[in-house]
Amino acid sequence: METPDSVRGSLSLAALAGSPRRVRKERLISRVMFCAALVSVVVSALIIYALFSEAWIFMRDVDWSSTWGELGWFPRRGIYDMPTLLVASLWTTLIAMIVAAPLGMGAAIYLSEYARPTHRAILKPILEILAGIPSVVLGFFALLWLAPNVVAHIGGEGGRGSMLTAGIGVGILTVPLVASISEDAMAAVPKSLREASAGLGARNAVTTVRVVLPAAVSGLVASLIVAVSRALGETMVVFMAGGAADAAIRTYSPYDGSLTMPSAMASLASGTDQVVGEGLTFQSLFFVGLVLFLLTLGLNLVGDRFVNRVREQY
Amino acid sequence: MAAIDDLTEGRGSEPLGEMAAESPAMPEVVFDVEELSVYYGEFQAIQDASLKVHENEITAFIGPSGCGKTTLLRCFNRMNDLIETARVTGSLRYHGVDLYDSKVDAVEVRRRIGMVFQKPNPFPKSIRANVAYGPRVAGLAKKGPVMDDIVENSLRKAALWDEVKDRLDDNALGLSGGQQQRLCIARAIATDPDVLLMDEPCSALDPIATTRIEELMHGLKDDYSIVVVTHNMQQAARVSDRTAFFSVDVNPDSDNRTGILVEYDSTQQIFSNPSDERTENYVTGRFG
Repeated sequence: METPDSVRGSLSLAALAGSPRRVRKERLISRVMFCAALVSVVVSALIIYALFSEAWIFMRDVDWSSTWGELGWFPRRGIYDMPTLLVASLWTTLIAMIVAAPLGMGAAIYLSEYARPTHRAILKPILEILAGIPSVVLGFFALLWLAPNVVAHIGGEGGRGSMLTAGIGVGILTVPLVASISEDAMAAVPKSLREASAGLGARNAVTTVRVVLPAAVSGLVASLIVAVSRALGETMVVFMAGGAADAAIRTYSPYDGSLTMPSAMASLASGTDQVVGEGLTFQSLFFVGLVLFLLTLGLNLVGDRFVNRVREQY
Repeated sequence: MAAIDDLTEGRGSEPLGEMAAESPAMPEVVFDVEELSVYYGEFQAIQDASLKVHENEITAFIGPSGCGKTTLLRCFNRMNDLIETARVTGSLRYHGVDLYDSKVDAVEVRRRIGMVFQKPNPFPKSIRANVAYGPRVAGLAKKGPVMDDIVENSLRKAALWDEVKDRLDDNALGLSGGQQQRLCIARAIATDPDVLLMDEPCSALDPIATTRIEELMHGLKDDYSIVVVTHNMQQAARVSDRTAFFSVDVNPDSDNRTGILVEYDSTQQIFSNPSDERTENYVTGRFG
C-alpha cells in the first residue's frame, strides 16, 4: 500500500496500471459470460436450421395440391390440408382474445388505477400464479370443467373438446400476459398526468379513459399482439381440449373439434408409432412449424416495435 | 354563503365567488383554515395551521423544504385524497362550507379550485385538447364554437394565444417549458374556477419564463383568488398581497419533522417588519 503522500508526490504509470491479476480475471469473466450468451444464439440458429432444412424437403417434394382444398388434415395419408389448421388456429386464437382482452385489460386497469395497495398486494401474486400454471393443467381444466360448465351452456357439447373449449382455455392462459404488459404500460404513464386530470375535476374513470389509456395505447396494443402470438403457439391446451386426436376434417364451426398448427404438430410427434406414415409425414411437421414460426416471429417483431414506442415516449 | 349542495352532486348554477362582496373594507374570505393538521400515516406533515385566504388576492406560502406548504395547498382542492394514507384534522372552510364534510365531493371541489403544478404537465395531446379537457369533462361544452371560445379566452388570459393560435392542433409537448406552464394555467382557468392553486409554478422555468408567469399572475388576480407556493422569496415579495411563512419543527425524540405556520401577514409586513424572529431570519437569508 502506498501512502497518500507518495501518491501526491510523484505519479508513475505503474501506480495507475492496476493489478494484472484482476485485469485477467475480469477478462476471463467477460469471456465466460460471452460464451453463455453465445450458446443461446447458437441454439436459436440450430432450431431455425433444423426447421428450414426439413421444411425445405417437404416444400420441394410435396404435391402442393394436397396442401390446399382437401378434405382435412390427414398427414399419415399424405393429405396436408393447410386451411384446416389455419381455420382452427384462427378460431382458437380469436376466442382466446375475446376472453383474454377484456379480462386482462380489466385486471390491468383495476390494478393500475383503482386497487388499494392492500388489494393489489393480493391480486398481483394471484395473477402471477395463474401465469405459472402449466398449460397441461389448464388443458385438463378446459376439458373437465370448462366444457361441461361453460361450453355446454353456450351451444357446445359438454362431453368432449372443441375449438371453443380450447379457445377459452387458451384465453385464460393469456390473461396474465395481457394484464402484466398492459399494467406495465399504464404504470409508465407519469403520475403528473393523472394529477393534472384529477385537478381539473375528472373522476377516476374519466382520467383512465381519456388520459391513461390513450397515453399507454401502444403498450396495450403490444400486449394484445404478444398474447395473439402466445395463443397461436399454445400447444398443450389445444391438443387436449381441441377435440381432435391426430387428424381433423376441415370445419368452420368453433363447436367442432379440430387441430391447430401446434396441436397438429404435437399429435404427429406423440403416440407409440411416432411419426410413421407416408413419405413426407415427418417433414410436414416441420413445414407447419415453419409457418407457425414465421407468423409468430412477424407478430413479435410488430409487438416489439410497439413496446419500444412506449419506452421512447416517457 | 354557499350551500353545501353546490359542492355535492352536480355543478351549482353560479360560481360561488360572486356571492360575496358585502363588506367593502375587507375582501371576502375564500378559505378559512383553522387548526388544520395533515398526517401521512403516522407522520404529521403540518400542525395546527390557521389562516384566511382572501378573494382576488395573491397569497404566498413560503418556507424551507419539508415545511408543509405544499401539503397545505393540496388540502385546498382535496388533492391529498389521492394519497391513501393522508388524513386531515381541523377545519377548512371554503366560502363557509366545510371542504372535508363527508357530503362534499372532491371532484366538484376541484372544478371550482384549479391547480397548476410544479412541473408543467400538459397531456400528450393537442394544445386545443389540453385546454378543452376540463370543460369537456365538466360537461360545460362539447366541440364547436362554444368550446372554441373557451379555448381562445383561456389561452388569451394565460397570455399564450398569440404564440399558439396558428398551431392549436399541434402536440402540446412541442411547446417550450414556459409555454407549457402557461398552457397548464390556461387549462386550469378553462373550467372557470374561483381559485387558482399554484404549487411552485416557476421552479422548473428559466428567469424569463418566470417573469412572464409572474406578470400573468398579476393580471389573473382580478378574476381569481390565487394561492401560490414558492421557494423563491423574491417571487413572493414581488407577486403576493399576503404571505404565510412556514417552518419545520424537529421533534428531538423521534426526529420527526413537522411543518408549522410561523407567521401570516401582509407581504409588506412579512418582508419589512416581521414579528417573529424565525421569519426575520428566513427573509433576511440567515437560514433556509
